[in-house]
Amino acid sequence: MALATRTDKRPSLPRTVWDSTVGKKTVMAVSGLLMLAYLVAHMYGNLKIFFGPGTFDGYAHWLRVVGEPFLHYTWALWIIRVVMAAAVVAHAVTAYQLSRRDRAARPTKYVHRKARTSYATRTMRWGGVILGLFIVWHILDLTTGTVQPGFVPGHPYANVVAAFHEWWNDVIYIVAMLALGLHIQHGFWSAAQTLGAGSKTRDRTFKTLANLLALVLTLGFVAVPVAVMTGLVS
Amino acid sequence: MRLTLRIWRQANADAEGAMTTYEIDGITEDMSFLEMLDALNEKLILAGDTPVAFDHDCREGICGACGVVINGDAHGPERTTTCQLHMRHFEDGDTIDVEPWRAGAFPVVKDLVVDRSAFDRIIGSGGYVTAPTGAAPEAHATAVPKPAADSAFEHAECIGCGACVAACPNGAAMLFTSAKVNHLNVLPQGAPERETRVLDMVARMDEEGFGGCTLAGECATACPKGIPLTSITSMNREWLRATRKAGR
Amino acid sequence: MNEYTRYTTGEPVVDTKAPDGPVEQRWSRRRFEAKLVNPANRRGRTVIVVGTGLAGGAAGATLAEQGYHVVQFCYQDSPRRAHSIAAQGGINAAKNYRNDGDSIHRLFYDTVKGGDFRSRESNVHRLAEVSVEIIDQCVAQGVPFAREYGGLLDTRSFGGVQVSRTFYARGQTGQQLLLGAYQALSRQIAAGNVEMHPRTEMLDLIVADGRARGIVARDLITGEISTYFADAVVLASGGYGNVFYLSTNAKNSNATAAWRAHRRGAYFANPCYTQIHPTCIPRSGDHQSKLTLMSESLRNDGRIWVPEQRGDDRPPNEIPEDERDYYLERIYPSYGNLVPRDIASRAAKNACDEGRGVGPGGQGVYLDFADAIRRMGRAAVEEKYGNLFEMYERITAENPYEVPMRIYPAIHYTMGGLWVDYDLQTTVPGLFAIGEANFSDHGANRLGASALMQGLADGYFVLPPSLGDYLARNPGLAPLDDDHPAVAEAVAETEDRLRLLLSVDGDRTPDSFHKEIGELLWELCGMARTDEGLRKALDRIPQIREEFWRRIKVPGTGDELNQALEKANRVVDYLELAELVCLDALHRTESCGCHFREESRTGTGEAARKDEEFSYAAAWEFTGTGTAPVLHREDLAFEYVHPTQRSYA
Repeated sequence: MALATRTDKRPSLPRTVWDSTVGKKTVMAVSGLLMLAYLVAHMYGNLKIFFGPGTFDGYAHWLRVVGEPFLHYTWALWIIRVVMAAAVVAHAVTAYQLSRRDRAARPTKYVHRKARTSYATRTMRWGGVILGLFIVWHILDLTTGTVQPGFVPGHPYANVVAAFHEWWNDVIYIVAMLALGLHIQHGFWSAAQTLGAGSKTRDRTFKTLANLLALVLTLGFVAVPVAVMTGLVS
Repeated sequence: MRLTLRIWRQANADAEGAMTTYEIDGITEDMSFLEMLDALNEKLILAGDTPVAFDHDCREGICGACGVVINGDAHGPERTTTCQLHMRHFEDGDTIDVEPWRAGAFPVVKDLVVDRSAFDRIIGSGGYVTAPTGAAPEAHATAVPKPAADSAFEHAECIGCGACVAACPNGAAMLFTSAKVNHLNVLPQGAPERETRVLDMVARMDEEGFGGCTLAGECATACPKGIPLTSITSMNREWLRATRKAGR
Repeated sequence: MNEYTRYTTGEPVVDTKAPDGPVEQRWSRRRFEAKLVNPANRRGRTVIVVGTGLAGGAAGATLAEQGYHVVQFCYQDSPRRAHSIAAQGGINAAKNYRNDGDSIHRLFYDTVKGGDFRSRESNVHRLAEVSVEIIDQCVAQGVPFAREYGGLLDTRSFGGVQVSRTFYARGQTGQQLLLGAYQALSRQIAAGNVEMHPRTEMLDLIVADGRARGIVARDLITGEISTYFADAVVLASGGYGNVFYLSTNAKNSNATAAWRAHRRGAYFANPCYTQIHPTCIPRSGDHQSKLTLMSESLRNDGRIWVPEQRGDDRPPNEIPEDERDYYLERIYPSYGNLVPRDIASRAAKNACDEGRGVGPGGQGVYLDFADAIRRMGRAAVEEKYGNLFEMYERITAENPYEVPMRIYPAIHYTMGGLWVDYDLQTTVPGLFAIGEANFSDHGANRLGASALMQGLADGYFVLPPSLGDYLARNPGLAPLDDDHPAVAEAVAETEDRLRLLLSVDGDRTPDSFHKEIGELLWELCGMARTDEGLRKALDRIPQIREEFWRRIKVPGTGDELNQALEKANRVVDYLELAELVCLDALHRTESCGCHFREESRTGTGEAARKDEEFSYAAAWEFTGTGTAPVLHREDLAFEYVHPTQRSYA
């Protein structure tokens, strides 16, 4: 007599995920964590520059031959590039969709405004945009060399040193890395919550880990332009 | 004390609203915030003006009817409901801004009154245990471990006032929804509907036009009952678990 | 002499429809004898339920589950906010989980005795029987009751009862039980079985061809007056404690639904039985809008006192021990601070009347924890009462660990209400009243943790079969529409009343009248009542009423959200109900339970019942505003629990 209040027909898993705010956040969290893992490796590789051009250029070459003979030359690198591109797109699209939705859900602002959340939390959206633009610049600068007049393919050490000899390019990189740090500080902890990993007892651990990751990545990445500027690497 | 109040006045849902300034004198520090508004309304009625409409009922901090944004804070500067906020937390000569809950899913009805029926529909979509009257087994048939019972209670304390939505920069209802999902999902009685409950309630929450969660934490700061932010984490976990199971 | 006091006595109520036979078999007999509605026919039967508290919420959900079409109303913006939510202490049930000698019979016995022998044995026994099922039902719904480490339900003793039968969810039992009922109701709303109308207030009852067939209600947002028709109407609209203005009720709790039903022919029973709770936070000034209750459990460890000398305005900590009067311990040495609610309340009033009250206006007594802190240590006191102390401090800004609390009694619950028979049906066929809105189970005094029990018993278990019986016996009720003269009259009356309220345009606010009538009642018909005082009140009430219609000012229009209009319309009914409360108190020249007549006392000054004269429920019939009502007596028989005089000295 009491009518059934639920239907058993459910949308497919991808549909459920994509249609839900919680699902979209999951997409953001997973893509974010993938990019984070990539960044850790990227930063680690960057630091090889302190061991001189031989080590650094050798490492860059190894990246192209890794997986051989199973994989063909640069295939591994391309796989990583494709995965990263997909992650960036997924992250950006869901972020854009969720942001639009969030704005619509709060159409009227309070007359009496008050900011209480941390700077990192408030700057997630614009920080994300800055990082997106930076990725484009970074690829044009040090991967394709399009914007770097003296770019020589196959000589990453020289290219890096040349790029960071421009003061304004250093500023771009340092600002972007600071934005990255803030983004990771809230993003990593946030991803943990979205994926349901957080709890009252683990909250501190995740916060500490997020701060640590943000700090290490920022310092690790900033170290290179600073080293070039100060002449430590030349 | 003497106060300057700037209150959001809006004749009805379709009308334009504006902040209107009132001066009020003779407020004592033992008055509750709502009693201060009562005093203003008595004055307005006698002056032939329309009194300020606001929701309120139990005035004990449990029914969840009251709630306004005071100087940018949902329920004001103390961590309690508006009815339990007392004027001793303000100073003589203060200017106080009073605004309704702001969220797309909570349209203003009049002045400080908003429509929170979206919450009821979220509950209707799955925030219950299907246990028709008379069908219940003996209460002691299922023992509930104390930690589970305590956790259920902690979440069940939610009074549905909507402060979480009002405080959220995205107008999200995640804290409210998660409180109810967790209350029932940690109990053995709630287990048979564990997956459908979280999937349906989250879907309904989205349909109602609430925003998404950016874990800004404003909701938990504003919650007069202290529902923790980790409640949202637990719901996310439940949701992912349910999605995986439903996908099989 | 006041015209209103010349009431006449009508036919006594002889048949309450309670089955006879052994008391423990009556309820199952009634259920068996009840006619059933064929499940296939239930969808075509509509039931209106007014109110969504424990009784209304439970009834709406259950009736819808059984297949009836339910149309339900509440004035709040959500059914979850009904004032049952504010109940703190707990809910009684004769589970005997503690193996401490509890049983259905003992709960029955305690409730009849606690009600000071002014309730119906059949009803109370049924309540005790059903109490057991309530706990099962609530647990199945996911109500998070307190539990022991073994995972089983915890219980505590409450309200001076010697067994531990009170189930609780910290200090929020009412909230948790209500959420259980609300969730069950929400499920039925989503399923389309309940048509829910929040922010809609019942303003009149439609009685057509001798039967309750619908209501007139106002949409509080648009102001639209609409009619709703049904095969039966259930009132679950709560008590009328707010007639006293200051009470522990919610601000908008009101008597309108019940009073309008009374005006349409439903008898109103025992209106003078109003319960006063001894441990409330005293008022702090004229602005006070309501009173806040603190759990009675505070009296387990706190000591109540006032200064020995009248007008002693030294701070409490400077008053030496030998200049304090621990009056409860002095007058009632064996029970001390744990005497029942009514006695503790009256003693506090007496102390204040002697000019020894403390705090603003001298309307308060101290509840001192200094000894308890010394004995148990501050940590132990905090563990036990921390949340209450916190609540007290938030409201008063005084720290009860350092200064004694100030408390004063306040109106809390009304045992009186619409007269109902064993089937919870009023004297208007097809109109049922459940929960606090009826008068049925508590007699002249309600025991702690019994209100939640009664509300849920009525809603989940008692009403559904009784209502089914009525519907089964009245299968072919003619369809109704707005053209029926009874409907048109009810609508016109409602619209006229609202129009009149808006048109007076006087110089006094609705609240000012509400306060005035409330203060008058509290003063003359509160904790202690006298013939002289009640007559004075009865003289004064018609004057206030007359003044109300001359001087009321309601701004705005009727076509919008107009809270002043809502309030004014409720005050109209308080101004009539107050009169009946006073008359009932005047006619009952005995003291019983919460009704204390100064003239009826024992040698030691305690309340004295007069069983030969007053062993009946007084059911009043309405005859017109301000005109003397008709009294119908329902004699009470006590076959199982024999009346004794209470003594606590």
